[in-house]
Formats: sequence, structure tokens, C-alpha cells
Amino acid sequence: MTATSVQLIKHDNGIHHFVLDRPEARANLMDQQFTNDFAAATELLLASDWRGLVIRSAKDTFFAGGDLTALSQVNDDNAPAFFEMVETLKRCMRRLETAGKPVVAAINGAALGGGWEMCLFAHHRVALNRPHVKMGLPEVTLGLLPGAGGVTRTVRLLGLQTALPLLTEGKQLSPERALKAGLIHELADDQTGLIARAEAWAATHPEVSQPWDEKGYKIPGGTPSQPAVARTLPIVPAMVRAKTHGCLPAPEKILACAVEGAQVDFDTATRIESRYIVELARGQVCKNLINTFWFQLNDIKAGKSRPPQEQSTALGKVAVLGAGMMGAGIAYQCATNGIEVVLKDIDKHTANKGKEHARALLQKRIERGALSEAEAESILARIHATDIPDDLANCELVIEAVFENRELKENVTREAQTHLPDTAIIASNTSTLPITGLARAAEHADRFIGLHFFSPVEKMPLVEIIRGAQTSDATLAQAYDFVQQIRKTPIVVNDSRGFFTSRVFGTFTHEGMAMLAEGIHPALIENAAFLAGFPVGPLAVVDEVSLTLLDKVRRQTQADLRAEGQDYPHHSGEAVLDRMLELNRHGKAAGQGFYQYPAKGQKHLWPELVTHFDVQPEKITLQNAKDRLLYIMALETLRCYQAGVINTVRDANIGSIFGIGFPAWTGGALQFVNQTGLQEFLARAESLAETYGERFTPPEILINAARDNTPFSDSGASDDR
Amino acid sequence: MTPDAYIFDALRTPRGRGKASGTLYEVKPISLLTQLLQALHARNGQFPTDQVDDIVLGCVTAVGDQGADIAKTAALAAGWQDNVAGVTLNRFCASGLEAVNMAAQKVRSGWEHLVVAGGVESMSRVPMGSDGGAWALDPATNANTGFMPQGIGADLIATLAGFSRAELDEFAMHSHHKAAKAWAKGAFDRAIVPVRDANQFVILAQDETIRPDASLDSLGALKPSFADMGAMGFDGVARAKYPEVERIHHLHTPGNSSGIVDGAALLLMGSQTAASQWGLKPRAVVRATALVGTDPTIMLTGPAPAARKALAIAGLTAADIDLYEINEAFASVVLRCAHELKVPLEKINVNGGAIAMGHPLGATGAMLTGTLLDELEARDKQFGLITLCVGGGMGIATVIERV
Repeated sequence: MTATSVQLIKHDNGIHHFVLDRPEARANLMDQQFTNDFAAATELLLASDWRGLVIRSAKDTFFAGGDLTALSQVNDDNAPAFFEMVETLKRCMRRLETAGKPVVAAINGAALGGGWEMCLFAHHRVALNRPHVKMGLPEVTLGLLPGAGGVTRTVRLLGLQTALPLLTEGKQLSPERALKAGLIHELADDQTGLIARAEAWAATHPEVSQPWDEKGYKIPGGTPSQPAVARTLPIVPAMVRAKTHGCLPAPEKILACAVEGAQVDFDTATRIESRYIVELARGQVCKNLINTFWFQLNDIKAGKSRPPQEQSTALGKVAVLGAGMMGAGIAYQCATNGIEVVLKDIDKHTANKGKEHARALLQKRIERGALSEAEAESILARIHATDIPDDLANCELVIEAVFENRELKENVTREAQTHLPDTAIIASNTSTLPITGLARAAEHADRFIGLHFFSPVEKMPLVEIIRGAQTSDATLAQAYDFVQQIRKTPIVVNDSRGFFTSRVFGTFTHEGMAMLAEGIHPALIENAAFLAGFPVGPLAVVDEVSLTLLDKVRRQTQADLRAEGQDYPHHSGEAVLDRMLELNRHGKAAGQGFYQYPAKGQKHLWPELVTHFDVQPEKITLQNAKDRLLYIMALETLRCYQAGVINTVRDANIGSIFGIGFPAWTGGALQFVNQTGLQEFLARAESLAETYGERFTPPEILINAARDNTPFSDSGASDDR
Repeated sequence: MTPDAYIFDALRTPRGRGKASGTLYEVKPISLLTQLLQALHARNGQFPTDQVDDIVLGCVTAVGDQGADIAKTAALAAGWQDNVAGVTLNRFCASGLEAVNMAAQKVRSGWEHLVVAGGVESMSRVPMGSDGGAWALDPATNANTGFMPQGIGADLIATLAGFSRAELDEFAMHSHHKAAKAWAKGAFDRAIVPVRDANQFVILAQDETIRPDASLDSLGALKPSFADMGAMGFDGVARAKYPEVERIHHLHTPGNSSGIVDGAALLLMGSQTAASQWGLKPRAVVRATALVGTDPTIMLTGPAPAARKALAIAGLTAADIDLYEINEAFASVVLRCAHELKVPLEKINVNGGAIAMGHPLGATGAMLTGTLLDELEARDKQFGLITLCVGGGMGIATVIERV
């Protein structure tokens, strides 16, 4: 017998098993081979003398879900075949579900996406009560919808109102929460109990059908034709768009699929669902998301940007110098991940304030029910607030997080290293100052590195690791592993002014200010950013970081460039910066910037911007405004890639989204170039350069890529096929 | 030569508050219509009902009590002869005026000579929106077309034009004061047919929602109607289409928006042939009808372009028009239209409007036509123009001239 991914095992009592066991693989996967095997096994079962069916997995997980490689390759040519595969799979599920005999899913491990859909058609679901057993439909996070019955069955099981958040947010549930939500029926304590319970239920329920196949069944909460649902429905698409900015099609399609399916019979609903999954899989956004958030992020997690030969150890004790917002956030992040932290500042009071910040963050988690008081206390106990330099002894890593001032940072480094063990790594949390220069203050420049955290640390997933000219492979490897140890996502960049993220981020803020300098309405600038998918507009973000900081960075850059005998390239946005500083509007912290911050109510744009910058209506189309923001960042990323500031496409993509808010729908700043089409991107950049200035001039690397028609990708990436 | 379309008579019911507490809640929409049909025939009794070619009625929410072609049903219920046809139409808020326009077009075609036009809406019994529809309820259509409730559009109009809450409230206050004065001087006497029960007891003889004592204080105390739903998501829909707007100022309240009411209206229209044959006196001629479509998201900017289109057809300018009826769906709609057409407010809605008396969706256009004609006669003026904003971004206008 050839290997099959669905093995039918017959038992004398007629309660047969489907054993899901993809040959030569760690996990079960929903692909064409699985579909064929599932169909064959279904035929065999239905032809046999059976009384019930238990579906179980031979892997650690129950079922991993759809084959993302295949899904990301659905195109206009193979779409009909993909539709056929989905329909075949679902026909099998439907035949088993309507055969009148009990089908039980024995869920031993994670059952996500397609894996959970393999459970949903069962009449009864038993799950192993272990933390690694997660259930849910995360398809939406990769731009897809649960197309193997997930939308149709969840709506019929829970009703539209309860099903939609699960479907559109892709939440994953623990066994206990799934039980409470009515998604599973029983918990088991161990593998033996799991199978025993599944078999027992099948044996004691010889004649069963799904609720939705019973006479008189009504969808819980009603259908769209009923006033209770009809009253609330008109605003739901607007609510979805408020979250997606109109840029992500999957949540909208899920909503449409759920509502349309609720108005027809099951078999029609499931066909509508198949049409929607094909539509999404064909679309570009789904490919962008799978590329970056699946393949590339997995490569980063697997350490593809880390020097492969170097060993490292999990760190037990680190020091953070500077207990401001940033330092306190880093200390919190380390402590919550089991690391002892010395949080040092110049006086005990300031250091304690940093610890209080961590306490406040923990308090919020306690209030949300995400943490117990005892857990919070043990985390806090790991943070040692101090002003005594000797407390740095035994720290394996010290992260300096003092103000962005070269002299101060250098002094702090000099002082710290006299108290540190000789093997310790010194990291600077600088966002702009070149690491190689800062390393001069260190005795061991090979053990000096940049760890650029983003604010607020506890929320922002990225850490930009900056490798100085003398940073060793061993130091880089240790830093990389440390970032993962505290559950952040590392990208690796080479040393240069502004590194990667600050440099690209600067083009976004300055483009926003340049538009205002041209008399474009500030609301349009901010709305264009929102509608392009950015989390926040450039003017709002300048207020957040403060105009004062932008000015300081500019002065530092000017001074450094002068020292190097280079010219400072002026940006048309700087006129706005200067004028705003003249007007004493320094940003949010100062209480006024591009926005007004009333004591009561929401912030709003300062009305006088319109007069100070001679704002005229309809100076630019929305599309041009959106493109200026997207293209200027993508072009700067290309320049960084060309100059070797950033070495991999995955780091550029993930870094741009996780660090500086480049819209997720694009798949990142370089994937945005790929997804637009190289020639199209080049032509558009050229036209933007003609209209809006030389900063849009395409770099060589883009011209070459467009000429050769070779999209930007990494060699040895896991999606190389 | 194209025959002219004349208006012979126009009548309406009083408007009752469109809630269970409203006086007309107990009256079936079919009863509103049968009483009006009987009154229309009684007042113009020389024509045999079998000479009526068609009854064209606006009815927006044509389900339940108002479902299944209530125009034909009403003709039967009113005892009109079997060979009278009837049709209901839905052009959202313009349905009543669309019925008038369609009747005019039927007459001008030369193929029909005597047509009843009008409309009915019992908003207390058949709530607005209860007919469903893909625009609001189909998520794919809703999202693709930028669906947004009219109220947000009205607030967006106010935001774009910079209207203040006080300006809107002032307009609303005047609507109430004008309506109260109009009733007092008998401006509606000719048109009003009181609603009665089977015993001929009067159930309602006057419009029910007018507040003669409306003041800026009383109106200013009301809370904005659309702020919450705007914040939940619809403001974002508006900003996506109007990106130079940072935030929508939610200024419309129940006080400066049209009232939800019950009511019906009918006009008797026809050709010179019918007039001569049945001794009917032409009071006005329909000079032009026009429809336009504008941005469906802001939705309520159709009146000015529709008016301009109708004026061009009639060979007139805005200044030639003596009196306007611009439906008071929301205060900002009328103010914007007045600005766009450069018409002084003194010429507009001189006897009040839907803010004071209510907007029974399917009937309003027909009511406005009758009101305008009565007032042109009272003032001995020549030209009048009726226009309404319409769902889906449409606009409608009709120019009438006294004869």
C-alpha cells in the first residue's frame, strides 16, 4: 500500500478511524494530495460497514491547515483547478457529516485554519486540555478566509454576531475557551482519554446529524432578513473599513461571505464560500501577506539573518542604563521573559520611577485578566532599580538607553565597562547615531552593537540590530538570540546614519511636511496616509516624536556631514519644520504642534496651518498623495538595500512594517515594489520625480531589476521554489 | 404638437407623528389613500372614474401594509371602477414628485389624458428601511458603493460649507414658525382633507409635529443624531471620499432634520382634452421635470443640479422662479441648495417644510407640489420649482407655471 495522508483503520465495533498522517512530514497539510487521499478514504469508509468515525492525527499537532505555498500560487490559470479542489474536499466533509452516523474529531494538538475546518464538520469535538492545543481560524491574518467550510459552519454554529469577530480577527482559542464558546464539546486529560472519549461518544450516539441539517433549524441570532440583524448590518462594513483602512480585502470578504451564506441553504452557502476563497487567493494582497508574514517572518524566526556558526546562551542577567520610558520598557520586556534586570539611572529616585512604569504595565495586564498578582510580583522582583554602578557586576549584556547625545552615550559606555565582566556585550539603544563611532568609547569594539528598540517597547514587535564595523559574529549572534529570547523580532542592519528604520521613517515625515509646504490641506495629508494603510499620519507622527527632536537630528547630521566635508541635502519639508519651530509649536509633549491637544476631547489639526502654509483646496489627488508617502519610503528602502545598509529583502519588509508602520497590506517596503510590478513601479517613480522632485529618482538597483525583470528576493529563502 | 400636462387639483391628509404615539398610527395606509381618492372624486365629480388612465403613487417602503401595489389596491378599495390601473414606484424621497413627473410625462405622451399622481407613507406602521435592500444590507455592495446614512451626508454638507449649529437651528425654527403662520392664515385649507374613521369622526385635521414655540434655545438643547454612528465607522466612509475633511461636525438633530410622519397626497392631472371633456379647470402646467445623480456618499447634493437641469429645459433661470419648495430633509440640504442656486431664503418654503410638518417619504413630493401651487395662487405669482434630495445621490426637480 502506498503512503496516504488519510489512513482508514477499521475496528470490529464499526467505529473506524481516519488517521491523519502526511507521509514524510512533521505536520498535516491541506493540499491536492490530501484532498485526493481524503476523498479516497471517504469512499472506502462509506463503502464499508461502519457505525461511526473518529478523526485523529498521528502528528504532534492535529492539522496545520492550508498549504500556503500552493495558496500563494493560485493565479488566473490554475484558479479553476483550485476551486475544484476546494469543492471536492468540502463534498467529502459534507458526505461524512450527512451520512447519519457519528463523526468525532479527537484534537490532540493545534488545529488551526484548515485544521480546525477538519474538526468543524464533525458532530462532536473532543480536545486534549493542554496549552499547546490551539484552535481557530487565523486565515484572515494572511489575507484569506476559511474556505473549507469554516465560514459557513461557524456562522451556523454560533450565529453571525458571535462568528464574525472570530472569523475577521482570526482569534486562537485554548481548549477551555473553545469549550466555553461552544466550539468543542469535551476536554480530555491525556491521549488515551482523548481517543476513549471520542470512541465512547461515537458508540453511544449511533444516529446523529448536524444542528443545521435538522428540521426547523434557525441560525442563532437570526438572518439578515430579520429586523434584529438588519438594523445593525448597514454599519458593519464601515466598522470593518475603520480597521482595515479599506486596504485589506479579507475581512470584508469574510463579512460578505458570512452574510450571503446566512441567507441561503448550507450547500449553496458553502459554494459561495469556495468562490470567495478563490477570489482572495488570486488577489495580490493575500500573496503579499503570505510572502512576508509567513515565509519571510518564519525565516527571521529561524535565524536566517544570524551568523550560523556562532553559539549563544540564553541570558540570565542584563543591565539597562537609563530608566526613562525606553529603558523602563526594555527592563519590563526582559523581566517578563524571565531575565534579571539591573535598571540603573543617575539617582535612585529616577531608577525607581522606571520600575514603577513596569509596575503600571503589569497592573493593566492584571486588570485584563491576563496575569495573576503573584506572577506580576515575581516579574517585578526581577527588576533591580539602582544608582550604584557596582550592581552591573555579573550582567552579561548592558543596554544603554540614555538620551540621544553622543557625548553622554560615550560617557555611559566608559563608566559601565569598568564594572562589567570582561565578556559582557554593550548595546546602545540609539535610533540614529552611527554605532561604529559610539563603539570607540568601548574597550572591546567587537562586543559593541546597536539594539534599536521602538517606543512603546512593550507593544512594538521590532528590534533593529545594528552591526558596527568591528562588531563580531559572536556578538551579533548573541544579540539576535537575546532579541528572540525577549520575544521580539530582530532584523539586522549595517551601520550608517539613521541605520535602516530611522532613515526610511524620516522620508515619511519629511514627505508629509513637504506636502504641507506645497499648500496641500493637512487633513488630506493625514487622510491619505490613513487610506494608504499607515497606522498614523506623518504630521501626527512628527508631533509624537516632537519637532524639537527632528531639529536636533538635523543639526547633528549637519554637523557630522560638515565634519566629513560633505554637503547637507536640504529637503523641502524643512521649511515647515522651521516655521513651526518659529511659531513655538514643538509637538505633542509641548502641548501644541501640527495638532491642538485640548484638555477635553480629541486632538485636532491646528486650524491656522491653513493660513500659515497658504493651503489651497484640491492641490493634489488623493492617489498622488498616497503614492508620495508609499513610494518615498520604498525608494529609500531600495537605496538602503543598494548601499548594503540592509542585506535581506525579508529584513527590509518586516522592519518597515513592524518598526515604522509601512502598510501591512503591501507585504513591506520591498514587496510593495514587487507587487506593484517592477516596470510599473519604475515608471511611477519617474513620473513622481518629474512632478515632485529628485528625491523620487529611481536608484540603480531598481532600474536594473526592472530591466532584468527580477523581483527582489533573498537567496536561500524558504519560499524559494 | 405635444399636449401640455395640467394640474387640476391637489389635496393631502394632515401629517401625523410617525410613531405608535402618533395620531395616524391607528389608520391603515390604505385608508389614507381611499379617503383621498374619494375626496378627489367628490371635489371633481364630473369625471367618471373609468376615465382615469392610471394612478401613479410614490411609496418608498412598499412592504407589509404598503406592499403589493397599494395604488391599484386603493383604487379598488375606494370603489373606483375596475378598469382604473394603478402603480406604485420607489425613487426614495423623490417618489411623490416622481409620481407627479411621470403623470405629466404620460399626459405629454398623448397616450393618456387623465392621471392621478401622489403618494403615501405610513412611517409609524411600516418603518423606514424595513424593505431591506442590497445598498445597506449586502456587505459587498455597501462597502463598494461607500454606503452611509443620509444624516451623515447632511452633517458632511454642513461641515464642507461651514454651517454652524446655530444657522441650522435658526432655519429649523423658521420652518416651524412659517408652518404655524401658514396654518393660521389658512394656507393649507384648500388642500387638507381631514382623516376620518368609519363613523366620519375626525381623527386628525392638522399637521401634528409643528411647534409654534420652537426657539433657538429649545432646538439648541437637542443632541446630535448621527455622532455615535459616525464615530462607529461612517465618518471614515465620508473621509475616504472627502479627504480634505479632518472630522465631520455632527450638527443635525431631530430638531433640524425632517420629521418622521404618516400621510398621503394626491393630484389630479391631465390634458386639455380631459379638461374640456370633464369640465376640469387647469390650475398649472408642468413646464419641466428633471433627474440627476450625484455622489451617493454625501447623497444629498442633488437638488441644485436637478433644479438647474429643469430650469434649462423650461428655458428659465433661477431668478425667474417666484417660489421654491426645497424639501427640508435636513437644514443643511436647503441652505446648500439656496447657496448654489443663489436664491434668497425668502423665496423658499414660505409656508414651512418637512422640518416642521414632516416628510412622509412616498408622499412628500406630491404634497410640496400642491403647497407650492396653492401659494402661487394666493400670491398671484407665476413660476414655482419643487426639488428634493434623493437616496443614492439623486436629485429631482419640477417646474410648474400657473395658467
